[in-house]
Amino acid sequence: MKKITLPLTEEQIAGLHAGDSLLLSGVIYTARDCAHKRIFELLDKGEPLPFPLKDSVIYYAGPCPAPEGKACGSCGPTTSARMNVFAPRLLDLGLGGMIGKGEMSEETRLALVRNKKVYFAAIGGAGAAYGNAVQKSECVAFPDLLSEAVHRFTVKDFPLVVAIDSYGKSVYQR
Amino acid sequence: MKTVSTQEISDCVYRLARKAGLTLTDSCRDALQAAQKTESGAAEFALSALLENEQTARAENMPVCQDTGMSVVLVELGQDVRLTGAPLAEAVNDGVRRAYADGNFRKSVCDPLTRVNTGDNTPAHLHVDLTTGENVTITFLPKGFGSENMSRLYMLTPAEGREGILNAITQTVKLAGSRPCPPVYVGVGIGGAFDGCALLAKKALTREVGSRNPRRDVAQIEEEALERINALGIGAQGFGGKVTAIGVSCEIAPTHIAGLPVAVNIQCHCVRCEKETL
Repeated sequence: MKKITLPLTEEQIAGLHAGDSLLLSGVIYTARDCAHKRIFELLDKGEPLPFPLKDSVIYYAGPCPAPEGKACGSCGPTTSARMNVFAPRLLDLGLGGMIGKGEMSEETRLALVRNKKVYFAAIGGAGAAYGNAVQKSECVAFPDLLSEAVHRFTVKDFPLVVAIDSYGKSVYQR
Repeated sequence: MKTVSTQEISDCVYRLARKAGLTLTDSCRDALQAAQKTESGAAEFALSALLENEQTARAENMPVCQDTGMSVVLVELGQDVRLTGAPLAEAVNDGVRRAYADGNFRKSVCDPLTRVNTGDNTPAHLHVDLTTGENVTITFLPKGFGSENMSRLYMLTPAEGREGILNAITQTVKLAGSRPCPPVYVGVGIGGAFDGCALLAKKALTREVGSRNPRRDVAQIEEEALERINALGIGAQGFGGKVTAIGVSCEIAPTHIAGLPVAVNIQCHCVRCEKETL
């Protein structure tokens, strides 16, 4: 299986096609509903963000607490569709891509094409496997949101499927 | 008359919650294994990952899915049982609180307006049914919300009848698409009133995947709905395939002459449900 390490180069992005399965390694940031709301409040106020948006990949996820001796608890993807209201603006500001589960809107698909970025699907429900693949985890923003806080993950071999590629082709379109 | 301390009920909820978070039901695992054998491509990749994930969960003592859910607790309470100790709801919440802390489960319950997390996954959704005899049976269903969000309630007219019911079930799964983590398990309530209909659908999800309602006409709806859903082609994770649902379970109750309520409660492929009789 194809192995890819972040950050993605333009060449790597061009070589990814909807339906491809791959193993992804590198640094990603968790953010789901409440964290996105806070990020948008910061953007609207012109304040700095807790992590660099440019070329970063957001993982739509909220982990379980880490058991002793582990970097992270169970941590599979959450439903991406709820983040359709946020994704296009973040992509236009330089976001490097997203990881989640399930289809996304036409607006998000067009933003991916416009910015030549990829949306990856993690396997929803495989929480233990993804949690186990997190080697390092650090809370970088909004600790009061508990599992919804933004975490900086270093991951090794995340099993993913290219859900929407940079050409706009979707694995969900049949 | 039998006396049961609510502390025993609290401890039972604790045991059931701890186990449910880490394990798929046997009937769910069997259905996923069968699905994996029939699928190919990305859907097969997803199903294999899920089956392997459950083994990882057990080996590493980690929840199978990070969405350890809202805690739905069904108590069947025999009328010849006298409860002692703290009030029942308090005891159930205490069991949930301890299990979610000790199990490193995610606390996923918050105020709907402020979105402030309650911090311990309480309150549980407690439903009590009085039965005859001296038994207390407790069912624990951790309900994830990716799938709960895709559930629907239809107030059909009597004229819409059986075909209307089948359409409501199929349409709900179709509109949910890839979002609720298919292949899904579909719980359906038919009849009752607005409130009870949704509870019937939830109770249907506590049945074994693949079980059939004892009423033949209801069982036929379960079978036909499953066929129509699997003809949609959504497949595991929405990647396309023959298995969009692993099962459909319907529960039925009398309704008003003017109505035909149908509730469709979607459960993801991660069916976790534990039961114990005290």
